[in-house]
Amino acid sequence: MLKVRIIPTLLWKDFGLVKGVGFDSWRRVGPVLPAVKVYNSRDVDELILVDITASTEATVPDHDSVSDFSEECAVPLTVGGGVTSLEQMVSLLHSGADKIAINTIAYSKPALIDAAASRFGAQCVVASIDVRQIESGRYACFSYSATVDTGKEVVSWAKELADRGAGEILLTSIDRDGTMQGYDLALIQQVTQAVDIPVIASGGAGNYIHMIEAVQQAGASAVAAASIFHFTEQTPAGAKVAMQAAGIPVRRNFVASL
Amino acid sequence: MKVAIINYGMGNLSSVRRAFDDMGAETIIANHPSSLYEVNRVVLPGVGAFAEGMMHLSQGGWIPALHDVVTVQHKPLLGICLGMQMLASKGHEGGVSEGLDLISGQVQKLDTLGCKLRIPHVGWNEVNYKTEDALFVGIPNLSDFYFVHSYAFTPAEEGNLIATVSYGLDVAAVIRKGHVFGCQFHPEKSSKAGRQLLKNFMDYSPC
Repeated sequence: MLKVRIIPTLLWKDFGLVKGVGFDSWRRVGPVLPAVKVYNSRDVDELILVDITASTEATVPDHDSVSDFSEECAVPLTVGGGVTSLEQMVSLLHSGADKIAINTIAYSKPALIDAAASRFGAQCVVASIDVRQIESGRYACFSYSATVDTGKEVVSWAKELADRGAGEILLTSIDRDGTMQGYDLALIQQVTQAVDIPVIASGGAGNYIHMIEAVQQAGASAVAAASIFHFTEQTPAGAKVAMQAAGIPVRRNFVASL
Repeated sequence: MKVAIINYGMGNLSSVRRAFDDMGAETIIANHPSSLYEVNRVVLPGVGAFAEGMMHLSQGGWIPALHDVVTVQHKPLLGICLGMQMLASKGHEGGVSEGLDLISGQVQKLDTLGCKLRIPHVGWNEVNYKTEDALFVGIPNLSDFYFVHSYAFTPAEEGNLIATVSYGLDVAAVIRKGHVFGCQFHPEKSSKAGRQLLKNFMDYSPC
């Protein structure tokens, strides 16, 4: 049976990891490489690494750094931030990224999703959507790290991304980001019901119950989280124990005689 | 133990290389078919679409080289993900195209095979052994491996299917014909279980 993934999100700004609230008020939480090593040694399911200043500064994640991080990562690594072309994706994949998250560019150049899926396979393309609630039950998509309202409504946009060949959707609630008040379950549910590709819930996890809700109530295929792992004693391994107890299939860690 | 990882312009070679290095291999990235003569094991990795993968293999002169590795040099070959799928006779991704035909079978999209779950199949899933195999030494049955794919290999001969994964239907997880192996999952991204499998591939010796 396919397991529900618990994915620590690493937000990378300048030379270190940060975590904010509502895509703002960034706090430094330490250097990147040791965090990757620790998560790898604890055998997490997967990692997401996003360079949060790349799109606004029109750069892409530094290839040498990505290469260093991937060297330490024995599990899948998704890299995102500022990607605008197939050539950049090729370089990031060669630097050791397994999947590329695409966000801002998709609004102005949606055909890049089609091209990336046909070149690298859908499994390589993670469509990232940052969403803010405009009024009750109505959600708008934002680009450039939550600074620009794209005018797109989330469900139709998610469908378009899936139709164009995205392999997964990383769905982040800007309102819940960093609050640790729980995922926006209504948002996640709208999207999981609208698309057939896996949806990764992101933004708001503050305890294990929140993760269980995102899966059982909202239909998420995976849960991403940052603050809970940076700022509390809770861990991905602890989340697995709680989720398993709630009847959610999680990956058992294999202990090899290596 | 010298392992060649074929660089045909697709996929993430560094993680495959790193995983073999961790297991004590002397790993080379093979940029030209002639370098396959220097090694003991050959790995065909890959991420991407079948038709494009075969086109790249063809352009690089890899197709006759891989047949030579298998039938003349008798070296163990491991295909990973797209590399596994391209061992097939035919693929249906990006139009119908000929595969390497090292293990008879077809590669088709999961939904055309009857899978009604979310596609792609992404994440950790249990691998169910159909038989004991050298690749599985020290890895308990039903261990989790990392999958990410939309297409699946259906071997023409049941005997070539040595492990399956359940995702709406039983999908080929590991195939084998003699010293040609293929795994649909990514051992290089499957943490310790994956590394053990790669070690087993190196430890395996064809009689």
